[in-house]
Amino acid sequence: MSGNRSIRVTAGILLAVAIAALVGPWISPHDYATTNLENILSAPALSNMHLFGTDDLGRDLFVRTMLGIRVTLLVAIVASLVSLVIGVTYGAIAGFVGGRVDAAMMRFVDTLYALPFIFFVILLMVAFERNFLLIFVAIGAINWLDMARIVRGQTLSLREREFVEAARLTGVSTLRIVFRHIAPNLVGIVVVYVTLTIPQAILVESFLSFLGLGIQEPQTSLGALVDAGVKHMEGASWSLLIPATLLALILLCFNFLGDGLRDFFDARHPS
Amino acid sequence: MSLLDVQGLTIRYGDETVVDGVNLFIDRGESVGLVGESGSGKSQSALAILGLLPRQAVASGSIEFDGQQILGASDSVLNALRARRIGIVFQDPMQALNPYLRIGAQLRQIPLTHKLRDKAEVDARVVEMLASVGLPDPQRQFRAYPHELSGGMRQRVMLASALIAEPDLLIADEPTTALDVTVQAQILDLLEDMRDNTALLLITHDLGIVAGHCEHTIVLDRGRLVEQGPTTSVFAAPSHAHTRALLAAAPRVDRGDVPEAVTGSTILSVGDAVVDYRDLQAVSKVSFSVKIGETVAVVGESGSGKSSLVRAMLGLVPMASGRVVYAGSTLEGPVEDRAQSQRRDLQLVFQDPVSALNPQMRVQTLVGEPLLVHEPQLSAAARAERVAAMLERVGLSRKFLRRFPHELSGGQAQRVAIARALILGPRVLVCDEAVAALDGSVRKQVLNVLRDVQADTGLSIIFISHDLAVVRSISHRVLVMYLGRLVEMADSETLFAAPKHPYTRALLDSVPVPDPVAMPKRAPLRGEVPSPVNPPSGCVFHPRCAKADARCGSKAPALRDVERTRVACHYPNA
Amino acid sequence: MLRYTLLRILGAIPTLLLVIALAFLMVHAAPGGPFDDERALPADVEANIAAAYHLDEPLPQQFLRYMSGLLQGDLGPSYRYRDYTVAELIGTAFPYSLKLGALAMALALLLGVTAGTVAALRQGTALDKVVMGFSMTGISIPVFVIAPVLVLFLAVKLQWLPAGWSGTTGMSRYLLPVITLALPQIAYIARLTRASMIDVLSRDFIRTAYAQGLGTVTVVRVHALKPAMLPVLSYMGPAIAAILTGSVVVEEIFGIPGLGQFFVRGALNRDYTLVLGIVVFYASLIVFLNLLVDILYGAIDPRVRYQ
Ligand SMILES: Nc1ncnc2c1ncn2[C@@H]1O[C@H](COP(=O)(O)OP(=O)(O)OP(=O)(O)O)[C@@H](O)[C@H]1O
Ligand code: SF4
Ligand SMILES: [Mg+2]
Repeated sequence: MSGNRSIRVTAGILLAVAIAALVGPWISPHDYATTNLENILSAPALSNMHLFGTDDLGRDLFVRTMLGIRVTLLVAIVASLVSLVIGVTYGAIAGFVGGRVDAAMMRFVDTLYALPFIFFVILLMVAFERNFLLIFVAIGAINWLDMARIVRGQTLSLREREFVEAARLTGVSTLRIVFRHIAPNLVGIVVVYVTLTIPQAILVESFLSFLGLGIQEPQTSLGALVDAGVKHMEGASWSLLIPATLLALILLCFNFLGDGLRDFFDARHPS
Repeated sequence: MSLLDVQGLTIRYGDETVVDGVNLFIDRGESVGLVGESGSGKSQSALAILGLLPRQAVASGSIEFDGQQILGASDSVLNALRARRIGIVFQDPMQALNPYLRIGAQLRQIPLTHKLRDKAEVDARVVEMLASVGLPDPQRQFRAYPHELSGGMRQRVMLASALIAEPDLLIADEPTTALDVTVQAQILDLLEDMRDNTALLLITHDLGIVAGHCEHTIVLDRGRLVEQGPTTSVFAAPSHAHTRALLAAAPRVDRGDVPEAVTGSTILSVGDAVVDYRDLQAVSKVSFSVKIGETVAVVGESGSGKSSLVRAMLGLVPMASGRVVYAGSTLEGPVEDRAQSQRRDLQLVFQDPVSALNPQMRVQTLVGEPLLVHEPQLSAAARAERVAAMLERVGLSRKFLRRFPHELSGGQAQRVAIARALILGPRVLVCDEAVAALDGSVRKQVLNVLRDVQADTGLSIIFISHDLAVVRSISHRVLVMYLGRLVEMADSETLFAAPKHPYTRALLDSVPVPDPVAMPKRAPLRGEVPSPVNPPSGCVFHPRCAKADARCGSKAPALRDVERTRVACHYPNA
Repeated sequence: MLRYTLLRILGAIPTLLLVIALAFLMVHAAPGGPFDDERALPADVEANIAAAYHLDEPLPQQFLRYMSGLLQGDLGPSYRYRDYTVAELIGTAFPYSLKLGALAMALALLLGVTAGTVAALRQGTALDKVVMGFSMTGISIPVFVIAPVLVLFLAVKLQWLPAGWSGTTGMSRYLLPVITLALPQIAYIARLTRASMIDVLSRDFIRTAYAQGLGTVTVVRVHALKPAMLPVLSYMGPAIAAILTGSVVVEEIFGIPGLGQFFVRGALNRDYTLVLGIVVFYASLIVFLNLLVDILYGAIDPRVRYQ
């Protein structure tokens, strides 16, 4: 698939999913928390507007799934923003200042790389009573390392490029060099990596939810729904297949989008 | 029957035709030169002969080697021909050798693949081959990685790999373009010595190389063969306009007008400049000055410290000691600490315009940015006007204003870089290999722009170049550097007519002359530039100098005036 | 090479110390102790417990005590499994995790590199598209989705493989967990290998090798494989981390009594010595494996040794 087309297609799908998640619960006659023990694990049906069926407490799975998508996307986007801000700032400073500062800062990153982060996140979730905000922070804290490394490497090489020297010679101020010459050349790679960070954040969130450490009932996320679906996969396969497919679709779209964006930026700047 | 017979060779990529109906033949033992500017289809033709065109390429016509059709031949047929019957040497030996594999491991694969030697003998054969291409200590180089060798040594290894299976035809694609002239002369001589009865197809953009080394010459222009014939007649009486244009654009180092010396006041002077990097001294106590309206060339082999000298002068790298005086005031510290007025007066043009232009900015912004900084009061419209006028000055129309750098050709990009450097009306322009990457005709245009601006505004130019023929055509004065030291300085007239330093002499003798009648000199300089980490004692040139004696090895010669030349040699040429 | 190796080993020591200190601090900063929910303990009992576990000492002293224990292989007693030391618990659980992780990694490398190389050599063909489609899907489907689906089909429906862990013995019980754990890694490594193989195959020295009459197999084996493996090698660090993470889920799903399960249970029980012990153990493992990767990298790429 050519870069441009895959960007359009995947971005379109993601947008559609996001819109459905926003308006779906609003249109549906059901809500996410009302239980109905008379009607548990019912199959998807149009007649009663349980489009995705019901769960083991008789709650409407369509509304819950849409809600799950919202939470999943929210966690992912906020976590990616956290990693974006920390990673870009950290990496750009290390790369631009260079020398000893850079060496020390990168040493610290290397050290963090050796930490089995997921274990800390699990620990934090237990210790801090599954604070929703903490999920964002924890996931962002894992993902900024890659971003910092990439931005730093790119900044370092941009700083040495001749067009930066040419700008220095003509009297362009350091501030203008950073914002007009270096930053615009970082945008491409940062956009690509943010896009690729989002699926990673989604994975971590759903992983935590799966372990029962993520978002708390009656709130839900795609990971939590998959976890619930697994328990009933033999009798009510749709309760696993629907959220699992949606989760995979979202992840797939972000991965393709990232790839497409990379091709797009590569094509514009043949090195 | 010819050894190689190419008929109507056409190569297309999509709807673009890069080689268009080329006919050529090569007899056994013959040497044929294939010349043309970049993009004329030289390398594509060579790759087609070896069946190495990329998959997207569509080739038609016929290529017969010793009766065997190559176009469309199966891999096994091609593999049997490659190396065994047709060997090739590529341009850049750093890229062409596998950096992850020891030299020996790469070379031994060839006789093994072609079952020329069995395992026990093959290493001995490789070492023998390495010795015959002049690698010192071949046993050791056998175990070395490519990055541990100099560029010249790597190209010797490439030559060994091309000849180890004793082919009938050797293709050399720009084999010396990445090398210094002195090393180029060595490699070309080696090529002649080694090939014996092997036919040679020598691909180059340098007419001088063809003139000196090929019996037969073929000229390509944008994929078409425009002229072919015996070298002497092609050079003496070119029949095609393109060949004439090529010859006209090729300056000669041995004759032609030399710009007359400039008299006037000094605008910039550098005194005892020293530049140190971590473990080496790149520039050792170099002094020179530039007059108003003068072009001063700095020449020397790669690594001689030319760039370091000017970059320290401009404040891009620290100067360990020494001073720079511009228009009566001392320039100190990094460029950021210098007064804006001084910064606008000294500008630099780099060798590679692609990396010297911010890929995210349009030509308009690129050329206009210096104005934005130095003349912020200008209105946007006035600025745009100045930018357009400047572009016109360097021969680019308004339609380029909205382009991004990657939408420009090499020559256009270099002119944009020059426009950017000139828009503030600097007093001194430093050109660091600014025309090295350009084809002859474009180079001529760019040099003319520089000459015109100089004539109009009295611009002073510091012109770094490894191409002495170009230097001869543009500069008023020449500085020759060797291992960070200034070894000779004189007016162009004096220097080109009567070089005093043995190194300058050797440099001049190494330059190929585009004239088959002027007999090429055999490689005038042995060995390669020693490492600056461990410079030789006494005169740093003595290990390579034909005139060296005991005194040269122990006592460094001081710079002194001999007639109209400053030279650092105990025994300057008469 | 020796110099490079020694430098790398020396460089790993401060990293390891820093990692342990960070882990120690984080665990101690977590609120809530292990005995919090055993309510209404008399104050003196609580003080006794605190003293027994040296919780009454200042933090730096606790850290020093911990470090000196660590040097002797002593990770302290478990808060919860009171008859066992943390080292003993790790000793029982780790062999399962190790076998699981090592097998998954080996499988991932074998299949991933092969698939990636083949796809690169057949770039643009249907085969390439199938491999890439599979691997894009592979990196997009979480382990905890793959696992139940595999169990449903291979074990429950087709009955080819044992579904559970308890009640079975031998290697067959590792099959499903290993496949589950390896799948995303196979996919990622295949993508990585393909991309870097395509990159390497486009370099000039490959053209030289072809020009010398070498066949495709020789070109790949002698010239391309080593450099193409460099990005894969760099990925080994993150891959190890991903396998550790994945093994937590896989052990949970398949009921394997490995370290991941101990960790999750330890965390839920606030068994901080156990949790800290496992983190320190895994961190050391990661540092050690990364060290190996670095050294291997130096062995493959002669140029990095000089930096
Ligand atoms: N940043 C640097 N750090 C360390 N050594 C350097 C650095 N830049 C250049 N050198 C070394 O300093 C010496 C002089 O280099 P310089 O670039 O000035 O040579 P040059 O004459 O411009 O060569 P070329 O013709 O290849 O451009 C060389 O040995 C080079 O390897
Ligand atoms: S001083 Fe001696 S070695 Fe140096 S250039 Fe002169 S003659 Fe040659
Ligand atoms: Mg230079």
